[in-house]
Amino acid sequence: MSNISGNEREKAKSAIDKKASMGEDIDLNQFTRSAEEHPYKKDPSELNVATKSKMLEAGLMLDNPSQRTGTFIQMDNTPIHSSVKDEGVEVMPVSQALKKHDWLTDYYWKAVPVDTDKYTASVELGQNDGYFIRTLPGVKTDYPVQACLYLSRAKFAQNVHNIIIAEENSELHIITGCTTSLGNEPGMHMGVSEFYIKKGAKITFTMIHSWNPEFAVRPRTAAIIEEDGLFLSNYVLMEPVHTIQTNPIARCNGKNATARFNSILVAQPDSNIDVGSRVFLNAPGARTEIISRAITMGGNIIARGYIEGNEPGVKGHLECRGLILTEKGTIHAIPELRGNLAGIDLYHEAAVGKIAEEEVEYLMSRGMTHEQATATIVRGFLRVDIEGLPPMLNAELQRAIKTSEKDFM
Amino acid sequence: MLTIKNLSVAVEGKEILHDVNLDIGTGETHVLFGPNGSGKTTLLMTIMGFPKYRVTGGSILFKGEDITKTSVDERARLGIGISFQRPPVVRGVKTREMVLASMKDKSAPDLVATLAGKTDMTDFLERDINYGFSGGEIKRSELMQLLAQRPDLALLDEPESGVDLENIALIGKLINELLEKDNPMHSRSSMGLIITHTGHILEYVNARNGYIMLDGTIGCMGDPHEILTEIKTRGYEQCAKCAFRSAHHV
Repeated sequence: MSNISGNEREKAKSAIDKKASMGEDIDLNQFTRSAEEHPYKKDPSELNVATKSKMLEAGLMLDNPSQRTGTFIQMDNTPIHSSVKDEGVEVMPVSQALKKHDWLTDYYWKAVPVDTDKYTASVELGQNDGYFIRTLPGVKTDYPVQACLYLSRAKFAQNVHNIIIAEENSELHIITGCTTSLGNEPGMHMGVSEFYIKKGAKITFTMIHSWNPEFAVRPRTAAIIEEDGLFLSNYVLMEPVHTIQTNPIARCNGKNATARFNSILVAQPDSNIDVGSRVFLNAPGARTEIISRAITMGGNIIARGYIEGNEPGVKGHLECRGLILTEKGTIHAIPELRGNLAGIDLYHEAAVGKIAEEEVEYLMSRGMTHEQATATIVRGFLRVDIEGLPPMLNAELQRAIKTSEKDFM
Repeated sequence: MLTIKNLSVAVEGKEILHDVNLDIGTGETHVLFGPNGSGKTTLLMTIMGFPKYRVTGGSILFKGEDITKTSVDERARLGIGISFQRPPVVRGVKTREMVLASMKDKSAPDLVATLAGKTDMTDFLERDINYGFSGGEIKRSELMQLLAQRPDLALLDEPESGVDLENIALIGKLINELLEKDNPMHSRSSMGLIITHTGHILEYVNARNGYIMLDGTIGCMGDPHEILTEIKTRGYEQCAKCAFRSAHHV
């Protein structure tokens, strides 16, 4: 974007060939950066039925948005809709926000370093917009803002930069779906998301990814949480993808700041998923919980988790559980804890295996067939009780999981 | 009616039950005593049909049908139900789902709440099944599921073990209901086979026969109250001798 300092641009240029520290290296030259402009839709319910149905699978309600505070849709590199109903909430393309708020550059690349790797560099140098969502101080949204990043052009690399700010004592819920209409054609999504949770504020962020077997995905996400702030992130990936690698960071910098990450990962055959969460507990009373549930149907999953305690009195819990449902497929759980001083309390649990036959038989003794018992156990495995998520959002999350379940059970 | 003929069972290659014979008539409840490791649980698990318990000889007939080779779920649907001594924890699967799965009549969802109230398990319906349950809670949960299933044959593996005195009466009452103790014999349709150590449960059921199982065989048969008195006064060792003598008489 034009008003970002030259310094960040220079850093980006120097990192344009810098390989990421994890995941398969993607040759960005195989993708195009240009795509046709899409017309703006004042009423997104006018989108065609197939598009809307793809978006619905990813959590976007367009026909009946009464339970949404606002909506943002970007198709390829064009924001095609942004709207907001509530006072005190801003939802708009980030390009527009940069024009509106000259202070916004203070938030650019402050949580995610621009020279992290070639993907962050590519977002800076070839950016095609993204969303800006902000709640003003003290404003609490009842319903979530919904956002969709959509790819319709084959061999296109989407670069987006999202900035999300919850001002002091505000509360913001977001459902975001990233999806594509491309059946089996390659594409790439690079998304930088920077979250700023101010004093006493709360953000819940539920992201559903639904790609195709040829897609490469490299999100780069970080959150900075101030005193008494809460960041709750839920990530669901159940559809096929060629490769995804992401390892979001939350920095609990204020007293009693809390970060919670829940990931639900299903690896279809030939999918390569490397998803982690990292939390730095940098202030007294900071807390975190990282929970991941991974199922492989033949693909490979690396489920990472990292908690670092840098102040006395911090608490962290990390739980990675994996189920291998087929002969092929790998789950590699990498839970890591690092304590840099005394007086911290961090622990983790990790388990990878198949479904215990004893459990299946227990359910069968109540009359379920082997198939029904297995499906019930798998469904239960994916059912994470998410503390702090409003019931409506929890219901939506369960709905998204249920929609995808039919594909593999 | 359940008929077990010359049943031998091996677990992981080792024969545990040898040539067991047992008949339970419609409406009857029988009680199985025996020291730890004598094969009581193996017998119950074999009747339920768990694959780990491999039948190496003999047969099991239920309602006139040979079920020796049928699967666990088929047996459950035929009307056999079990209360486990130590059921597994199944994370993510709610107690409510287990009760619903057990229910014969799925169109009566109110039944879940009724049964939960009756078994004092209302607060557990939304919890993962058996996760962090105490001994007594496990027994009540198992009985809640059985009351939903209403099996014709209930296999109860030490339903009173690990239950505090306060709860024992409730457990007894539930088993009483399950096995229709208060109905006259001719109108009772439920059958029961109960493993007990303490015999407390005898106060709550009309047990017709008792058996002592020793080293994988049924040693003796008789009035369950008398057998219990015998065990309490003379111990299993003497029972073994007696059983040995009676085997010679046969």
